[in-house]
Amino acid sequence: MAKIKYIEYNGKEHVVEVQNGLTVMEGAIQNDIPGIDADCGGSMSCATCHVYVKEGWYDKLPKKEMGEDDMLDQAYEPNSKSRLSCQIMVSDDLDGLSVYMPEKQV
Amino acid sequence: MIKTEVVIIGAGPTGLFCAHQLGIIGLKCEIVDNLDKIGGQCIELYPDKPIYDIPAVPECTGEELTNNLIEQIKPFKFNFHLNDRVQELTNKNDNWIVTTTSGKKFQTPNVVIAGGVGSFEPRKFPTKSAEKFDGTSVLYSIKDKTIFKDKSVAIFGGGDSALDWAIELSNTSKVLLIHRRDEFRGAPASVQKIKELSEKNIISLFTKYSIKDVKGNGSLEEIEIKSEKGESKILKADYALGFFGLIMQLGPIADWGLNLDKKTIPVNTENFETNKKGIFAIGDICNYPGKLKLILSGFHEGALAARGCFKYARPNEKYRFEFTTASNTIKDRLGVK
Repeated sequence: MAKIKYIEYNGKEHVVEVQNGLTVMEGAIQNDIPGIDADCGGSMSCATCHVYVKEGWYDKLPKKEMGEDDMLDQAYEPNSKSRLSCQIMVSDDLDGLSVYMPEKQV
Repeated sequence: MIKTEVVIIGAGPTGLFCAHQLGIIGLKCEIVDNLDKIGGQCIELYPDKPIYDIPAVPECTGEELTNNLIEQIKPFKFNFHLNDRVQELTNKNDNWIVTTTSGKKFQTPNVVIAGGVGSFEPRKFPTKSAEKFDGTSVLYSIKDKTIFKDKSVAIFGGGDSALDWAIELSNTSKVLLIHRRDEFRGAPASVQKIKELSEKNIISLFTKYSIKDVKGNGSLEEIEIKSEKGESKILKADYALGFFGLIMQLGPIADWGLNLDKKTIPVNTENFETNKKGIFAIGDICNYPGKLKLILSGFHEGALAARGCFKYARPNEKYRFEFTTASNTIKDRLGVK
């Protein structure tokens, strides 16, 4: 279980507890947090669950797998702290993680 | 005006199998898709990725699945209308008039929406200033490459479209290639070629840069790009081309008066009809308690929606359930003995 903070583009914060084994994307969808679309349902086939990981947390996350950066090329305004939230698996180590949502997903 | 019994919107696996089921029960249909090819997400997003959960098919790629479905509906000789998008649905005496972007019109008692998450559209530049040049000097696809001759062309992106056009246009234009990171996702041979052209100063390569602004009076004159650290550069360019892949947009479907739940359409699970009589929704775009976004669910939904269509297409006939193994009528439709 990890407490994750989702911060909307307008600054509104949502803190929810997400079960281990779910992804950061699923944590947002299951709790109806706006700002993450996840059109493809988590198959790394779109770039609509794009988030910016908070400074300090980015390097602590499990590294990106093959293909994630390719999809991020197609995201809205990606930067060096960008991740696809469907590819971040939640574990106890992620307790306290903050992610920022982009202005829009499409 | 094309008169038919069913219009299917979307030529992905769900739409294709629904067409098959319509053919089996003897109904005619026309299939419209915004993409230039058949297959939907399977062909656009993951043609080479293996799928492991198609019943009785231990493993197949998106492309193989699509080809098999096309083969399966061949006997029915249905028409495909590709590169076209359904824009408008209007009701007229128990029929729907379906109008596409290209101006085609269909008259049909049934419309089956098998639209996935919507239609694929190119992702555009995030900068507002690019909008006023959209379609003239800011482009997301190329129809006539001769317009770039002897011009400065700024190409954005790191996939095959961006690399292929950079290589191609470098023969006749001054090409700037801008990508947000050092690595390219295009084919290795193209990446190698780009590096060679860059070393020979035939292409100007700017990696770890993205667009900041575009400027010009009437037509594009210069672009401003920024690095992640915030350094910016101003470059002369007559055209800016963006190849950021495709995104899925619900598009006109949102305007047809259907009940919507987020980006999905609620249906009943008896025949997958929506809140509008004669409009059905199947596959990823439909929503009901327990909905699974799996291709196999789409097949089931398409089979039931096809039976739902029968009622409106042949109000005076009674639908008879038959097995393909036993029915001579079905074998005739399939053209087998």
